[in-house]
Amino acid sequence: MLKGLPKALAGLGNRTIEGIWRIGAGARLFFYIWFYLLESFKRPRLIVREIYATGVLSLLIIVVSAFFVGMVLGLQGYNTLQKYGSSEAIGVLVALSLVRELGPVVTALLFAGRAGTAITAEIGLMKATEQLSAMEMMAVSPVARVIAPRFWAGFISMPILAALFSMVGVLGGYFVAVPIIGVDAGAFWSQMQASVDFRDDIVNGIIKSLVFGVVCTLIALFEGYDAPPTAEGVSRATTRTVVNSSLAVLGLDFILTAFMIGA
Amino acid sequence: MERTTIDLWVGVFVALGLAAIFGLALKVGNLTSSNIGETYTVTAAFENIGGLKPHAPVKSAGVVIGRVDGIVFDSKDYEAKVTIKLDKRYKFPTDTFANIYTAGLLGEQYIGLEAGGEDAQLKNGDKISHTQDAVVLEKLISQFLYSKASDNKPSDSTKAAE
Repeated sequence: MLKGLPKALAGLGNRTIEGIWRIGAGARLFFYIWFYLLESFKRPRLIVREIYATGVLSLLIIVVSAFFVGMVLGLQGYNTLQKYGSSEAIGVLVALSLVRELGPVVTALLFAGRAGTAITAEIGLMKATEQLSAMEMMAVSPVARVIAPRFWAGFISMPILAALFSMVGVLGGYFVAVPIIGVDAGAFWSQMQASVDFRDDIVNGIIKSLVFGVVCTLIALFEGYDAPPTAEGVSRATTRTVVNSSLAVLGLDFILTAFMIGA
Repeated sequence: MERTTIDLWVGVFVALGLAAIFGLALKVGNLTSSNIGETYTVTAAFENIGGLKPHAPVKSAGVVIGRVDGIVFDSKDYEAKVTIKLDKRYKFPTDTFANIYTAGLLGEQYIGLEAGGEDAQLKNGDKISHTQDAVVLEKLISQFLYSKASDNKPSDSTKAAE
């Protein structure tokens, strides 16, 4: 057992150094993306194409899951609220939980799984097939041509997707609460409007989704850019994208919420 | 610049996103109901505001006619000073009564205004002097218990006093 200890310690140290190295390289990539800000916005066509790939193609999964999440919230919320005789508050419950938390967080998790993995695999394969090196040979910066447009596409798409998620989720909750269960439609909307604040709830939700968009896209880009140029390397990088993005989103969500609630 | 199908789809996507944000702001949030046109401000002092919060509605006869703008503690009189924004269309006499009510058993607290009989009307910056505090449930219960105890068993309470 003692024999294994130095090896385990060495492994731990190795992994820590590796982690710090990766954080530094990720930060450098983030800096480069800002450095090429003007250059990438000079070619909006590239960004539009990436918005199509990350945003438009994620629409279906976002809308469908939002509708189901909203319906489940409606059912579960009604089940508990009716015990206290306040089933009209179901609109408040659905809207607040979606706008504040579930909208940004679930969208970010789905976004990491749907768009983040695609970004990582694409860039990893471009690297494995030496397309990125070829660009460098032609004096075209891969960061400006490949990385930055994808970053801005994620930055733009994520808040839009999160807002759609919240809105469709509320409609899902409405669909369960009003026509199926029979809660009064007027009470559903008016109680919701009385309790949901534009600045404190909706704008904070949008801020959250912006932060998650930056983090998820950056992780996906970095993992792809950093992947070993082999089939196994790309597959591992894709896995890491999902794991790291999810952890980062959930951890950041706690920090952001703590800031916003002002504990 | 020639247009492509991708441009169309991205346009639809962005338009959907903007529509969702507008929908959230107008249908889900209170962006429409929070601004009630032109307002004038009056203040009222309460000894206890209970759970009253800023943005709470101000109602008269059950109709929302204004909002609570701010609540500060006045350390001179040890009272809560509540600033109220009222819709310019509605005028109230100077001896209006301001009460803090609760909507339902567990609902939000709001201010109810009951008009008095004076001819002079409240102006911007005026103070409502007739106020009634929020009902604190614990106080009510303890009052009720004390009165019950003194009503039913006078002998017991005298014993307890000894």
